[in-house]
Amino acid sequence: MDFGRISRRHLLQGSAALTLGSALGVRSAAAADMTIGFIYVGSRDDYGYNQAHAQGAAVLKKLPGIKVVEEEKVPETDAVEKTMESMINLDGATLLFPTSFGYYNPHMVKVAAKYPKLHFEHCGGLWSDKDPKNAGSYFGYIDEAQYISGIVAGYSTKSGKLGFVAAKPIPQVLRNINAFTLGAKLANPKATTQVIFTGDWSMPVKEAEATNSLIDQGVDVLTCHVDGPKTMVENAARRGAMVCGYHVDQSPLAPKAYLTGAEWNWEALYPKFVKMIQAGESIPNFYRGGLKEEIVKCSPYGEAVSAEARKHADDIKAQLIAGTYTIFKGPIMDNKGKTVIAAGTERGQKDPELEKMDYLVEGVIGATS
Amino acid sequence: MADGSIGLWTVPLAVFGGAIRVSTPFLFVSLGECITERSGRINLGLEGTLVMGAMSAYGISYLTGSPWLGVLAAGVTGALLGALHAGICSLPRVNDVAVGIALMLFGTGLAFFLGKPLIEPTAARLPAIDFGWWSDIPQLRAALQINVLFLIGVVLAPILYWAFRTTRWGLLIRTAGESSDAARAMGHSVLLIRLRATMVGGFLAGIGGSFLSLFYPGSWNEGLSSGQGITAVALVIFARWDPMLCLWASLAFGGAAALGPALQSVGVTSGYHLFNAAPYILTLAIMIITCSPKRTLTGAPAELSITR
Repeated sequence: MDFGRISRRHLLQGSAALTLGSALGVRSAAAADMTIGFIYVGSRDDYGYNQAHAQGAAVLKKLPGIKVVEEEKVPETDAVEKTMESMINLDGATLLFPTSFGYYNPHMVKVAAKYPKLHFEHCGGLWSDKDPKNAGSYFGYIDEAQYISGIVAGYSTKSGKLGFVAAKPIPQVLRNINAFTLGAKLANPKATTQVIFTGDWSMPVKEAEATNSLIDQGVDVLTCHVDGPKTMVENAARRGAMVCGYHVDQSPLAPKAYLTGAEWNWEALYPKFVKMIQAGESIPNFYRGGLKEEIVKCSPYGEAVSAEARKHADDIKAQLIAGTYTIFKGPIMDNKGKTVIAAGTERGQKDPELEKMDYLVEGVIGATS
Repeated sequence: MADGSIGLWTVPLAVFGGAIRVSTPFLFVSLGECITERSGRINLGLEGTLVMGAMSAYGISYLTGSPWLGVLAAGVTGALLGALHAGICSLPRVNDVAVGIALMLFGTGLAFFLGKPLIEPTAARLPAIDFGWWSDIPQLRAALQINVLFLIGVVLAPILYWAFRTTRWGLLIRTAGESSDAARAMGHSVLLIRLRATMVGGFLAGIGGSFLSLFYPGSWNEGLSSGQGITAVALVIFARWDPMLCLWASLAFGGAAALGPALQSVGVTSGYHLFNAAPYILTLAIMIITCSPKRTLTGAPAELSITR
């Protein structure tokens, strides 16, 4: 047998197939010039944290030339590295959004260091100079929206008792509780916020029990900071209490009881990121913002919100958007009587001290440990 | 009180209310497991059955608008999963504990997969019966909004207790559980008895799941059960395979689950992690008190693979 001839023919066939393949490859790459990967820790229609991100991803899907790949329920372990690797190597993703807190270090940092030409954007992490330059962290000052919810809640409560169903006493959660309470005291100086920690991000039975206990104590307006506010919203509405939402708009769940809510506005932020990359600009590694930067927003007011409450809340909202208002402005005491922000001190939103918050302000009934 | 609050009374009331609200899934799963284990088989898959029951009940209630059809669907789903467990365990040299663990993962996984589109919609809920009409304290009235399923469970416990002692099929189940040889000698198929017992157990566990999604907390999501099915299986062991003790144990667990949030609401805020762990501490305490290295567990069916 003439091996040389056969092998030459095979070589020709092979190279022809290769050329064809790469031509097709180029064409499909041109059809979608950017593939973006989204990774969620839970289910993307949880009426909460993950749904907020998925709504942002949905806006990107509609942009021309953008392909979005998504994976849900990826644990905060090595699993997320594997998901990122497969999105990069199999789907050709060049921009990745691992959206859960625990994905950042070491997982995303490791993968970002391995693929220095790709972009990695993480929600909630604290990017530092030591981390790869192609990695970034973004987050919103959602406490601004919680402050507005607090004002509305302060006007809407009859008993002066507000309730907060919280997961864990970490700085982001405490900041929301404190902002909500400070807002409420603006409307009603005697208002108090009773907080119950359930111990974890998704504990539906505990959340329902916490909601019932709060209402038994005379609380008539509730809000929360857990992954899925659906349980709290539905159970509170059943007991005739009013609610302020969190993460996304939950008004369809309880149209009559829903006052307003603190929502993420990833629909506005993610297209901005994509435009920056397409224009060849670099996204700031540490990206933060609030109502002004359109990273957070407030749900539309429910029918139960009075004209007075709307006016006051809109006024403060306008000042926050203009950047002329400070929420954490001294003197602020914690609920043990210690001064935590001295008179004359203003802690603006970007103040790193606020990201270390470990106290509950005066007017909050509860403890961090 | 003038502001409508009832102060420290919240705690006993919440524990009482919690005992009624939270205990129902525990009650159904533990009664179901009681029947299965009395026949000589342990079905650890009831966690999966509970979650599948919750999902199918919610789905059927959403699609048909009838929560009772949802409860029925949950029961049928549970019975089918029970049949699957019993069917696999009928094969020679199959370990029922291992099959149970596999079915637990299968049930939860399948429920999460099929339940994906059900997280957002709101399904019709089961109605509650107002037993607090005589009271003008709103908190008490809320605690006395009792669901029919709870009442069925409460009635079912003494019926089972009685049935295990006096009825023909109750004695048959026990015979299969105590000595399969004796049951065989009497001309009964042990496998068939166990198949039926596991199916009935699954049926009840599925109904327990429907309570979770259709009454309290009252919606379908993936964290809904958070291990209640497996806790209920453990509960059967410390209830000594006695349906009446299952009832009391379920009530105690429900009350204990309400303790953490209730204490925080009245201002006992230190150590809430400890109070949140109350049901588990209770389990450990009872296990330690009732266990002895000198004797085997009283009341344990002799054919059960964990006691053999």
